[in-house]
Amino acid sequence: MAGGAAGVFLLGLVVWPLAAVLSRSLASAGPSEALSILGRGSVRSVALFTAVQALASTAATVILGLPLAYCLARLRFPGRQLLRAAVVVPFVLPTVVVAAAIDATFEAAGWDQPLIAIVYAHVFFNLAVVVRVVSGYWATVDSRQLEAARMLGASPWLAWRTITLKQLSPALMASASIVFLFSFTSFGVIRILGGLRRATLETEIYRYAVTRAEFDVAAVLALLQLIVVLGLAVSSAALQRRAASGGWRLGRREPVNTVGRGVLLAGAVTVVLVVQAVPAALMVAQSFRVADGFGFDHYLGLFERADVLPVSAASAVVNSLLFATGAAVVATFIGVAASSAIVAGGRLGRALEALNLVPLGVSAVTLGFGYLVGFAAFDLRQSIWLVPLAHAVIGVPFVVAAVAPAMRSVSLRTRQAAAVLGASPAVVWRTIDWPITRRAALTGAGFAAAVSLGEFGATSFLARGQESFTAPLAIFRLLSTPGQTLRGQALALSVVVGVVVALMAAFLERGRSSSVSGPGGLL
Amino acid sequence: MSISSTTDVVSQGGRWGHRGRLQTLLLMLVAGLALTLAACGGGDGSDADSGTDETLDLSGDDAEAEETAADDAGADDAEADEDASAEVDEESAEPEPVEDTPEAVEVTGSVRLITHDSFLVTEGLFDNFTLETGYEVEVVSGGDAGELVSRAILTAGQPEADVMFGVDNTFLQRALDADLFESYESPGLATIPAELQLDPENRVTPIDYGDVCVNYWTDQLDGPAPTSLDDLTDSAFASSFVTEDPETSSPGFAFLLATIATYGEDGWQDYWQQLTDGGLTVTPGWSEAYYGEFISGGGDKALVTSYATSPVAEVIFAEVDYDEPPTGVLVDSCFRQIEFAGILAGTENRDGAEQLIDFMTGTVFQEDVPLNMFVYPANSDAAIPESFEQWATQVDAPLTLDPADIEANRSRWTQEWAEIVLR
Repeated sequence: MAGGAAGVFLLGLVVWPLAAVLSRSLASAGPSEALSILGRGSVRSVALFTAVQALASTAATVILGLPLAYCLARLRFPGRQLLRAAVVVPFVLPTVVVAAAIDATFEAAGWDQPLIAIVYAHVFFNLAVVVRVVSGYWATVDSRQLEAARMLGASPWLAWRTITLKQLSPALMASASIVFLFSFTSFGVIRILGGLRRATLETEIYRYAVTRAEFDVAAVLALLQLIVVLGLAVSSAALQRRAASGGWRLGRREPVNTVGRGVLLAGAVTVVLVVQAVPAALMVAQSFRVADGFGFDHYLGLFERADVLPVSAASAVVNSLLFATGAAVVATFIGVAASSAIVAGGRLGRALEALNLVPLGVSAVTLGFGYLVGFAAFDLRQSIWLVPLAHAVIGVPFVVAAVAPAMRSVSLRTRQAAAVLGASPAVVWRTIDWPITRRAALTGAGFAAAVSLGEFGATSFLARGQESFTAPLAIFRLLSTPGQTLRGQALALSVVVGVVVALMAAFLERGRSSSVSGPGGLL
Repeated sequence: MSISSTTDVVSQGGRWGHRGRLQTLLLMLVAGLALTLAACGGGDGSDADSGTDETLDLSGDDAEAEETAADDAGADDAEADEDASAEVDEESAEPEPVEDTPEAVEVTGSVRLITHDSFLVTEGLFDNFTLETGYEVEVVSGGDAGELVSRAILTAGQPEADVMFGVDNTFLQRALDADLFESYESPGLATIPAELQLDPENRVTPIDYGDVCVNYWTDQLDGPAPTSLDDLTDSAFASSFVTEDPETSSPGFAFLLATIATYGEDGWQDYWQQLTDGGLTVTPGWSEAYYGEFISGGGDKALVTSYATSPVAEVIFAEVDYDEPPTGVLVDSCFRQIEFAGILAGTENRDGAEQLIDFMTGTVFQEDVPLNMFVYPANSDAAIPESFEQWATQVDAPLTLDPADIEANRSRWTQEWAEIVLR
């Protein structure tokens, strides 16, 4: 039933707009024409590069993110909560600022390595996805199997590879899929760091749809993207289903009392410092830079309306917060509903499992123009409600990535035991499923809010009035007119958005942790 | 199992205070922002929503603006970035025609304007329109000029708005070919110079114009400033020059057109070859060029493709008081961009659309344009702000190309450009 609501939501806000824009764009082109577009050598090399950079980015993000996920899930150290919150900040920083900083760094160092720069930027933005989704799940993985294997003589590596990695694989697959899709459809990073020579399917779709108005070519490329997304979604889903449930058990956090743990923690923190903190710190430093040294001028300037903005930057932040809250609530509800259908299996579950990832993997232009065409008849195009709904569409896959693996980990036996002991289905849900779901849902909600605050994907293509003027739009507009104060305010506003996201993450963290005491007593 | 849970509960108890503070901080932040929102005036962003209240507000705003203008008359214009540079500069403009009759206006309907993301007018400006016509204006933004045209083509017959503003001469032909607009001969055309009126059938009406030109940071040039496009091929300039990809950037495309207009269909390729050999830098968009590579954003490039009015903005939005702009303009490189408004075919409010076009060609709107969008008003009766007179470079003979030629060759030109420059 709840799954049905998620189905209707995705049908209305994903399937329908995509079908509308693709059928309209392909109306003039026949199948043979479409095939000839796909056969072009340039299209093949673009598709290949798109896949290569996305795979490399995903691998790097997972490898660099895993140690950190472990430390956050299993170790006890001062600043753990701060680190967990701070790791999300880059997720919402404006691409144009960050990519320019990375570009300048690579240029200064004399490295002409566009692919590495692209991967670096993707790790910077997406590290949080792996770290938060996996560490949230890791904290609940039953470590007794691992301990048993070690006691039976397995080497740490063997035990980790055969037991822990397998136990983690649902969360790992889910977060890696998201990172892959984000890198697959990344736009600004590719444009700025790729040195213009390198095109991806995403940049090509934009080029054909917006600059050239050759909608048939754009639509064929969009179909290619769609095929990749659905293929990935189906295989990721199959792998997640196959992964055995390791059982749910809240582990203790260990102190950092061995050399191994110390090295791991130091390494994980170094990754965050090098990959994330350095570019972010450069931005923060610049935001304080004024004509005669350093000061808060740009921050104070945010409270007055700059001449190039329709409202003050501060009220744009308030608008962003309102949208983010709305989007997070909707995405969490739909994401939890979809997850329960996915875990239950069945045709609806499988459909939702693939469908929820589609908004991340199709081009922003495609979905954005889809809203335009799909909702033309209902005149919902400029409805202010479309903004948080579209934001929620992009947030749902994050909620599902966090919640579905957690729900799966509740073993059937636990539920059956509770039922045998006389608990009604509602009681089982309330006392077993919900506490676990809630932890994961809050992780997902944090991402849904961040996605909204950062205006990802299709949401940047919605036409809208000035009453829905948001912080990212303000940053964009400040960076579109010459003048030192405007640039300074754009940087200051970027920092503010980053801090807001960290605070939201920390706030949700509170709810996350305080909810775990429930099932412990019961189990 | 219950032991481990208990441990965690205890440890949470220990950290409770920490989390409590974070929560309080967030709440304080939200509360603070909410207060600011309230303090910054209810007018924020709701200008089109509540016509009656806004109209009442307006007379107050207007009086305040005149007061500010009077106070600041003679003050250094460089300080005008405080809160009302637009108003301050209205000293040179005619007073707005809203008399002090703050009576409620009966709003009879609304007219919707879709425009580019950089569109901005002084708060309350459209209240004048509402007062005159009874129509409210709903402004929605929809990307850049290219995106606006693409959107309109995709929604042909079911337009997103009644009027579109922001299609420029480089995309004009595509919009006309797609029959996006209905003809309308506005009485405002009488005040607009013939050379700006590019469509004989008046499907679009010129609203403003500006020039895309190479800018340079004056004191970062080793020698004298370049005076011609030829000069830029000198490797001292070329290696310090950043421009934008014509395929993704409107100023980038305009600069390509400037070279085509100068060197002709057979000569521009060689020019770009020389720029490339000299060490030219290319970015995907204006922001990446101006704020990423150019001196202004902390980069090391002394020349950039921007606008003839960019030096004015550099002064108005400067952190220090400049006596003159830190940047200069290479006049020979300037390509003219004209922005048009048109009534979208299929509008359900043709009357409101016509009146909005009339309003947008009138002096009230036209005199508001320069300091909000850094372009020149199309209406030759509209006064130009003093800061423009003082700091903008006069471009008397800008480069142009026929919109039909631009549309017919756009893909080929950008393709050839990419083969030369990006290789």
